[in-house]
Order: sequence, then C-alpha cells, then structure tokens
Amino acid sequence: MPLVLTEEQELLRETAREFVAERAPIAQLRQLRDERDPSGFSRELWSEMAQLGWAGIPFSEEYGGADLGYTELGIVLEETGRTLAASPLVSSVLLGGSTLLLGGNETQRKEWLTGVCGGETLLALAIQEGPHHSPWNVATRAETDGDGYRLNGAKTFVVDGHVADRLIVAARSAGEQSERDGLTLFCVDASAPGVGLARASMVDGRNAARLTLDGVRAERSEVLGEIGQGAELLDAVLDRGAAGLAAEMLGSLDTAFQKTLAYLKQREQFGVPIGSFQALKHRAARMFVQLELSRSVVLDALQALDGDHPDASAKASLAKAQLSDAAPSIANECVQMHGGIGVTDEEDIGLYLKRARVTQFALGDAAFHRDRYAGMHGY
Amino acid sequence: MSDLESFRAEVRDWLEKNCPPEMRTPYDGQTQSYWGGRKRHEQDPIARGWCERMAERGWTAPTWPREYGGGGLSRAEARVLEQEMARIHARPPLASIGLMMLGPMLLETGTEEQKREHVPPIVKGEIKWCQGYSEPGAGSDLASLQTRAEDRGDHFIVNGQKIWTSGADTADMIFCLVRTDPEAPKHDGISFLLIDMDQPGVTTSPIRLISGSSPFCQTFFSDARAEKRDLIGTLNGGWTVAKRLLQFERQGIGNMGNRNPGANAPPPLPELAKRYCGTRDGRIADPLIRDRVARLEMQQQAIQKTMARSGDEAKAGQNVSAATSSSFKLIGTECNQAKFDLMTSILGAQSLGWEGDGFEAYELETTRQWLRSFANTIEGGTSEVQLNIIAKRVLGLPD
Ligand SMILES: Cc1cc2nc3c(=O)[nH]c(=O)nc-3n(C[C@H](O)[C@H](O)[C@H](O)COP(=O)(O)OP(=O)(O)OC[C@H]3O[C@@H](n4cnc5c(N)ncnc54)[C@H](O)[C@@H]3O)c2cc1C
Repeated sequence: MPLVLTEEQELLRETAREFVAERAPIAQLRQLRDERDPSGFSRELWSEMAQLGWAGIPFSEEYGGADLGYTELGIVLEETGRTLAASPLVSSVLLGGSTLLLGGNETQRKEWLTGVCGGETLLALAIQEGPHHSPWNVATRAETDGDGYRLNGAKTFVVDGHVADRLIVAARSAGEQSERDGLTLFCVDASAPGVGLARASMVDGRNAARLTLDGVRAERSEVLGEIGQGAELLDAVLDRGAAGLAAEMLGSLDTAFQKTLAYLKQREQFGVPIGSFQALKHRAARMFVQLELSRSVVLDALQALDGDHPDASAKASLAKAQLSDAAPSIANECVQMHGGIGVTDEEDIGLYLKRARVTQFALGDAAFHRDRYAGMHGY
Repeated sequence: MSDLESFRAEVRDWLEKNCPPEMRTPYDGQTQSYWGGRKRHEQDPIARGWCERMAERGWTAPTWPREYGGGGLSRAEARVLEQEMARIHARPPLASIGLMMLGPMLLETGTEEQKREHVPPIVKGEIKWCQGYSEPGAGSDLASLQTRAEDRGDHFIVNGQKIWTSGADTADMIFCLVRTDPEAPKHDGISFLLIDMDQPGVTTSPIRLISGSSPFCQTFFSDARAEKRDLIGTLNGGWTVAKRLLQFERQGIGNMGNRNPGANAPPPLPELAKRYCGTRDGRIADPLIRDRVARLEMQQQAIQKTMARSGDEAKAGQNVSAATSSSFKLIGTECNQAKFDLMTSILGAQSLGWEGDGFEAYELETTRQWLRSFANTIEGGTSEVQLNIIAKRVLGLPD
C-alpha cells in the first residue's frame, strides 16, 4: 500500500479542512471555554459533522455509516486537530463506536451504533482508574447478580463522560487487579441508578468525567464481547484510539508549527526577522523533521489497521509514541519562540500547548507505548 | 504468470547459476567490499568474477539505461532483483563512489560523449572514482575552495590541495571542484572536472582516523593535467553540478544504517541487550536500556517509513523537495550514531577494548564502528549544514 492518500482521500481532506476552518475556528473553542458551555462542544456543530457523515466514517452502511476506514477517520481527525475543534469524534466515534464495531453483537450494533453514526447517541469509554493509562489495572468489579451483573468502582479521565448517553465500562469479572485476564466490557446507560458522573474541566478547555459506579445493574445484553476476555477487545480498540489520536495530534502540532514559522518570518528584533537567527533556524528545522516522521508513522498505522496488517498494533504504538514525544518538544518550542506573547491567554499558541499536553498522556504516553512495542517484539 | 513474476523466476534461476557460494556469506561492508578499478586484478578473483557477471547484465546499476551499460530495469524489477539477492544473502557485486554519486549525476548532466566514455566503466567496475571537494580551508564553506585550474586551450593545468578524499590512494580518477575564475563571486568561478590520477602531478598521502583505519587521504595537484572534454557542465558553472551530486551522496550516507550486516556483526539490539544486561520474565532486565532499545528500533522504523513515503510521493507525481536528502542525511546519520552509542552502553566494559584477547571480534568491531559513526554527521556536509539547508529551502527562513 503506497504511503500516499488516494484522490478520494485528498478530496475528503480538503472538504474537512474547509469545513473546520469555517465552522469550527479556534475562536469557537475559546467561546466554549469562556462561557463554560455545559457540553464543552457545540451541539450544532456536532450535528453538522454527523450530517457530513463523520460520525459514521469507519462503520458499515447498515448502521448508517459511511463504510470507509480508519485512514479516512484519521484524515478528518487531523483536520479537526488543526483548529482544536471540540467534538465527540474521539470519545464517541473513535473509541466508543470502535468498541461496538469490534465487540458488539448484531443487536447491540443495531441499537447503539446506529445512534452513534447519526450523532444522536454519545458514547464514552471508561477504563482509566489512576493517574496513568494502564488498561489492565482495573479494580472496578463486576459481580454476578441473577442473570446480570452489578458494577462497583470508580473511573477517572472519562473523556466526554459528562454528556455521554452510554458508558463503556471496563470491569473485573475475575482475577486480580492489573491482570490481563478477567476483564469484561459493559455498555451501561449513563442515567442508570448508581451511576455518578462529575464533570472535570481539563486544561485544554475540554471535559472528562469522574465516574462512580455504586451497585450499577448491567444486563447480560449489555456485555460487549466475551466475558472475561475484555482485554483482547480493548487492545484492538486502543490500537484504533492510539492511531486516531496520533492523527489529531499531527494536525495540531503541524498547525502550531506553521503558526510559529509565520511568526519567525514576521517578528523583527535587532532590525531583522527573528527567523534569521541560526539558534532558532536549527530548532525549527528539527521540528520539521519530527513532523515528517510523524506523518509517515501515522499514515502507516492507519493503513495497517484498515488492512488488518499483523503488525497493526505495533504500528499504532509507534505512531502514538512518536507523537507523544513530538508533542512537548514541538509545542514547548512554539511557545518559547513566541516570546512574551506566547505565554498570554490571548495568543492561540498556548491553546495548542495545552491540547498537546492532554493528548500526550491520553491513551498512553510515549514510555507506555515503547514498553508495549518492546513487549510485542519479545523483549 | 505476470511479467514481474516471470522476471523473478528468471532472476532467481540466473542468480542460482551465477552467484558463487563465497559471495553468499556475510562480510564487513567495508574492507571486504569489492571496489574494482584498474588494479582490480590484484583483488579477490571470486569477487571480481561476481562483479563481471553481474555487470554483463548491467545489474551493478540495475535502473541505469542499457545504452550506457546499465540494466534498464524498472523500479519494480530492480526491487525484485534486490529481493532475490537478499534471499540468498548475495553480496553487492560492486561498492563504488561512481555508482553512488558520479554516475547518477553524469546521466542527468553529462554530454552524450561524456556519458558514453565514463558511465560504462563505472557499471563494469573498471574505474574507481574518488571525490575531490573538500580542502583544508574549504569544508562546510565548500565554495571558498582554492584549487586552481588554468585554461591551456585543449586542456587545464591544475594546482592545489584536497583533503579528506576517501579512497584516493587506490582510486584511478577523481572528480574535482576547481576554481577557474578567481575574480568572480565565489560560487560563480567554480568548475567540475574529471582528472586522471595516474600522472606524476597527482599524489596522495593517507590520514588515519580515530577508529584506527585510514580510508582517506590528502590529495595534491602539482601541474596536473585535465582534458577539456572532461569538464562537466559549463565552465564556471560547476557549483550547480556539485550540489546535485551532493544530493545523491546524502541519500547514500543517510541510508548507511540499512547496510548488510557484516561478518563480525553483533546480534540484533534486543538480543544483544538480553545477553549483556540479563532478562527478567523474558524481557531485557534493565528498564532504561530496554526503553532505549525500543526508542531506537522505533526511530529506525519511522525513518524507513518516511523514506518509503517520500518514494511513493515521487511515484505519485507529487512534489518532492530538493531538501529531502538533507532531512534523511540528518536523521539517518544521527540514528546510526545513537545505535552505536547504545550498543557500547549495552556492552559496557566489553566495549572498551582496542585489540587482542579478552574481547569478542564483534565487540572490538562495535567499538570501531562507534568511532567511525562520528564521521557520519560530518561527511557529506555536517548536520549543522543540513539544518541550514532545511531552514532555508524548505522552511523559507531568511538569511
Ligand atoms: C569520513 C569522512 C569522509 C570524507 N570523504 C570525503 C571525500 O571523499 N571527498 C571530499 O571532498 N570530502 C570528504 N569529506 C569531507 C567532509 O565533506 C567535510 O569534513 C565536511 O564537509 C566538513 O568540513 P570540515 O571538516 O572542514 O569542518 P568545518 O566546516 O570546519 O566545520 C567545523 C564545525 O563547524 C560547524 N559549522 C561550519 N559552518 C557552519 C555554519 N554555517 N553554521 C553552523 N555550523 C557550522 C560544522 O557543522 C562543524 O561542527 C569526508 C569527511 C569525513 C569525516
């Protein structure tokens, strides 16, 4: 598979770029943040995105999806990353929808995935329990209760959990905390008795939720995939999550870099543009090279997922590790090269820095993915 | 069977019959490489025979046009040949600066006569070339070079000194940057000349490196003669030619990390780390070393994917920046250096030997390679020079 976009994919990129620039400029994120918008994203924008088919990109037409792939979803994520457009694309489509696609049975897909594709149903993935991404480290328990289950425990960093209709919860139906075996995924109603959701405003102006599960009843029909085999399913979901999020990061970091490059050419000191100073030139050139590497590994990972390549998981981890390393090294430099204006709230570059930091840690930082990559390669 | 598959079958069959068993064994990629040249009869006859057979088919330069001795293969066919050679661990038949740098440039820039005269001997390995760019006073600032060539009607007379000339002591010919107009601004008075080294006016003296080997020389010109027909490009237009050739050179150097493993090659990094740092639950026991190994392996992957993407973009007819070779030179060489640095960290005290007993052959070799790798970020234009090029040509940052 050549590492270039097809004509149709190029077209999708252009459409997405134009749409995002017009309908979701960075001013929108500021407004949402400053007004403490209860959703944290524009519902109107989200329904427009859904009308464009973005909420169903990788899902089959049967459920109202576009029947495309993760490469296409990645293209759209990269473009939304450019303006830091806030939307449930990552939470509900990339993570939630993928879990249904990969783990849901026919009835579950019909019932929930159709709503996801239409943009009406919002999903959120609730796995993390501590300060670090560590997917098997789950203390939340699922105890059998007649023909169903009762869930008890707590989750953090549930992206867009405060507005989700359904929560996909990883709980332990067997085994000890941090064991891979014994995990089960449940798709529970967010308004079920015993569900506690507290909105957490994040540094990037987006929202995640803290979730408490206090004897929440889950039916057998709400189990996704095999009981006790949730880790396999989660692995496949997180591969897609890592590659898709890396694509969004690529869009954000590339834009932050382009903005900084423009500033280097425009801002004058000592009677010359600051971009003529070699101390800044060399650092800018290194950022460029990092972005080139990033672009290759992101596209390679997305294509591998679409092609069911045997190394797709390793490639997804490579992409996320590369972008999680690039995030601080590029975003921090961009702020520094703006001088004083770079640390003001008025200048957009600080918003890129903040989003970079959140995405750097989300779904595993570089060290997490290097560890995963090494494990997959037998060392 | 598709055309490509029948080509593969033919190649496989031909290699089976023509590649001697001795040429299917590991080698060190340097001293054991076959360089050809006029003194080729003093080199290993098996290696020479292998090169000659490959050259008959033009497969020492698979994609070059047939009319100049090349193989005339498409990129896809050339890849098949590469794969089939790799399958039987066949050594490259010919290692040469002519193949890597001069030939590609001549095919683009040379006149018909120049191509007919100089390209076929490169393909056949009959002439060994070296590169006379750098001078004691002209390194990164290459255009300030002082070696002079005076016009004497049908020939030039050359006087001056070059330095860091790789392989000059065994080379037959040198492609050389010379000043032909001392009055002109520095970039506009340079010409690109081919000079025969087999004459009293050209002498060399080897320089020893920190790695202990002496692969390069100082080269002196004292009333040396160069033929007029061996001027490449226009008189005083040599700078453009020189830059184009540098792009081929940078691609080649950036690629060096992907070379065939040598006879004394250590095991792959993860295995090496397990051997020297121990294992815990099947993993490298030292978590810091393990993280560095993963980081390096992933970096190598990222570079390879970026090279592949660049190739695919070119095939798809998209713009490929002239500075691409600078990016690859920069990251390829830094990654190679990082690899040897990590390997010495893994070997620990076993990487501190110079020669003799107490060290495995590959341990000593790793130490030499580590020292050799310092040159990677200098030769072919230093890393700082590559960063300057990227900043200027790709990013458009002002001077
Ligand atoms: C192993 C090896 C093989 C070689 N083979 C050949 C060969 O076959 N033929 C040939 O002609 N040459 C060859 N070279 C020479 C090589 O091209 C030069 O060494 C190189 O271009 C650097 O020049 P220099 O050594 O004079 O260093 P200098 O130019 O003096 O550089 C010294 C330091 O200053 C830095 N510097 C210089 N200018 C700038 C700038 N504008 N901005 C920022 N930093 C700068 C450099 O990056 C470097 O760190 C070889 C070199 C090596 C190491």
